[in-house]
Amino acid sequence: MTLAPGANGVDVADLTLINLTKSFGDFIAVDDLTLTIPAGSFFALLGPSGCGKTTTLRMVAGLEDPTAGQIMLGDRDLTSLKAFKRPVNTVFQSYALFPHLDVFENVAFGLRRRGIKDVAGQVNQMLELVELGPLARRKPGQLSGGQQQRVAVARALINNPGVLLLDEPLGALDLKLRRQMQIELKRIQTEVGTSFVHVTHDQEEAMTMADTVAVMNMGRIEQMGAPVDIYDLPTTRFVATFLGQSNEIEGQIVESSGDELVFSAYGQRFGVPASRSVVDQGPAYLGVRPEKLGIVPAGQADSVAAQANQVSGKITDTSFAGVSTQYMVMTSWGDEWIVFEQNRSASQPLRPGDEVVVHWLVEHSFGLSPQV
Amino acid sequence: MRWLRRHLIGIIAILVLVYLFVPIAVVGVLSFNSPVGKYNTSWNEFSIDAWTNICGVPGVCSSFVLSIQIGLFATLVATIFGAMIAFALVRYRFRGRDTTNLLIFLPMATPEVVLGSSLLALFLNLAFPLGFWTVLIAHIMFTISFIVVAVKARLQGMDPRLEEASRDLYANPAATFRYVTFPLVLPGILGAALLGFALSFDDFIITFFNAGTLVTFPVYIWGAAQRGIPVQAYALATLVFLVALVFVLVVQWINHRRRRSLEAAVGIST
Ligand SMILES: Nc1ncnc2c1ncn2[C@@H]1O[C@H](COP(=O)(O)OP(=O)(O)OP(=O)(O)O)[C@@H](O)[C@H]1O
Ligand SMILES: [Mg+2]
Repeated sequence: MTLAPGANGVDVADLTLINLTKSFGDFIAVDDLTLTIPAGSFFALLGPSGCGKTTTLRMVAGLEDPTAGQIMLGDRDLTSLKAFKRPVNTVFQSYALFPHLDVFENVAFGLRRRGIKDVAGQVNQMLELVELGPLARRKPGQLSGGQQQRVAVARALINNPGVLLLDEPLGALDLKLRRQMQIELKRIQTEVGTSFVHVTHDQEEAMTMADTVAVMNMGRIEQMGAPVDIYDLPTTRFVATFLGQSNEIEGQIVESSGDELVFSAYGQRFGVPASRSVVDQGPAYLGVRPEKLGIVPAGQADSVAAQANQVSGKITDTSFAGVSTQYMVMTSWGDEWIVFEQNRSASQPLRPGDEVVVHWLVEHSFGLSPQV
Repeated sequence: MRWLRRHLIGIIAILVLVYLFVPIAVVGVLSFNSPVGKYNTSWNEFSIDAWTNICGVPGVCSSFVLSIQIGLFATLVATIFGAMIAFALVRYRFRGRDTTNLLIFLPMATPEVVLGSSLLALFLNLAFPLGFWTVLIAHIMFTISFIVVAVKARLQGMDPRLEEASRDLYANPAATFRYVTFPLVLPGILGAALLGFALSFDDFIITFFNAGTLVTFPVYIWGAAQRGIPVQAYALATLVFLVALVFVLVVQWINHRRRRSLEAAVGIST
């Protein structure tokens, strides 16, 4: 089933934020945000609590006035348009369903306010899309969390908004329902083709659902891109640790030879491709993802390729999780590293106390600036 | 001993209920009495005269109707203004807001004797004739505070995101008020109105100061108590109690049915 685009007088268009800023008194909640969300994309805004995600969405919805900057939908300037005139709809963090109206009337609300007389056809079609047809006459209080969540989505989507804003729509659901609703939301988005801006602080949710992820911290976008790209090559220490896990070493970039940089720390040298480092000299951090690491007992260090990066240490904790084993390794300079090892060999996992060598390929390293 | 321990709560509950309802029951029983002499205090013989001829004694029914009239008018005016004041206090920041909050609260904390006598002083100073209008003004004045407080509580308890959701869904401010805010606050306003009516209907002290020659139902009862209350007053009082009781039972029954249908609905859900 497809919904006719343009029922709301708008087709799906790019959403562009230009130097968008919001301060509350002295406090800057959203700091000079500039980004474009391409039409029809699933965009995830990911960040820790209090980083300004909700504030950003509220400005786009028109529920909060920006201190500075501009909001454009296609070539239409929304900045000074009142909330009830914007072709943008929101799925609120706690759903905010109207408790005095039944499911049908909740979903019909936007259509009725726009003066559309015959709403039944559209409402029923939308209820079918979110699989709530039989519950049309229930009040929100008589629905489960997942059902309420779908009513909230239907109530917003039926207006065929240029952009659908979702503020942690799955935050209140338990893990299993959450996974199920992620798939559901993704299906609905593909089906209606509207841009979704999905706010979350669950990094796994952001990566599985979105075409583009923007990682936000303290009112700024730290990094933006396809999940695979950001995960593979984070460009700030914040992103490296917030999106997935990372091991890092503090040191200096001491020389560059061709397209490889040499990083030095604790009297050891490590390689990092120049294309994977944001700094090319002086103080820097070297990072590597835990699943990119190999681990061997210290006695078998010879088996590691000579050009690979190596760190020696001692296992402090082993947790066996079926398909993989997670080791905590204390490096020789006292940092704690995480290593994920696929359980492919027949041998027993290494034990806490074992001396080991952790190694990885140069091209899996990434170089970061020392600023957080 | 063990028996006592197990049933102690029940026994205390029954004692409390008896304590609460004995006076009402006595009035109910005595409304079927045919008393000897002026005072309807001891049982003589069964009679339904008071019930079949409820307006038989001059003054009983007219004062009753008057009290209902004053109660309805006062409640109507106080509810409209009270609700508007509550909206203003909750929704807008303006100079003098905190002072207004305090002033609204004062009449509730002030003893009725003080309110009644100072109002009387005011009316006398203005040479305003005492009667229906002064009583009405007095009733509006003291019920309005209770209504403001009740509506305010309801408004403050409302999730602000509901109105935001409404704005987000193309409702302009007027439509948001009509379709979201007002329906959600309405139960609070109705509850406040009911409270206002009850307060106005049985007010004696403030009314007595400002009534002049006007006789409301409480004033009538007070006057009659000096000379012997007619059985009709007992019957009317019982009637009021029964009406209130039926009202409460109906509300309970509706709530119960709603809960039942809710449980049934959730029961078949997936
Ligand atoms: N009305 C307000 N007045 C003052 N400060 C505010 C206001 N609204 C938000 N803030 C502040 O702005 C910052 C960003 O808030 P926001 O709600 O956007 O965070 P968030 O990223 O959505 O967080 P969460 O994941 O917890 O929902 C917070 O530090 C918050 O305290
Ligand atoms: Mg938020």
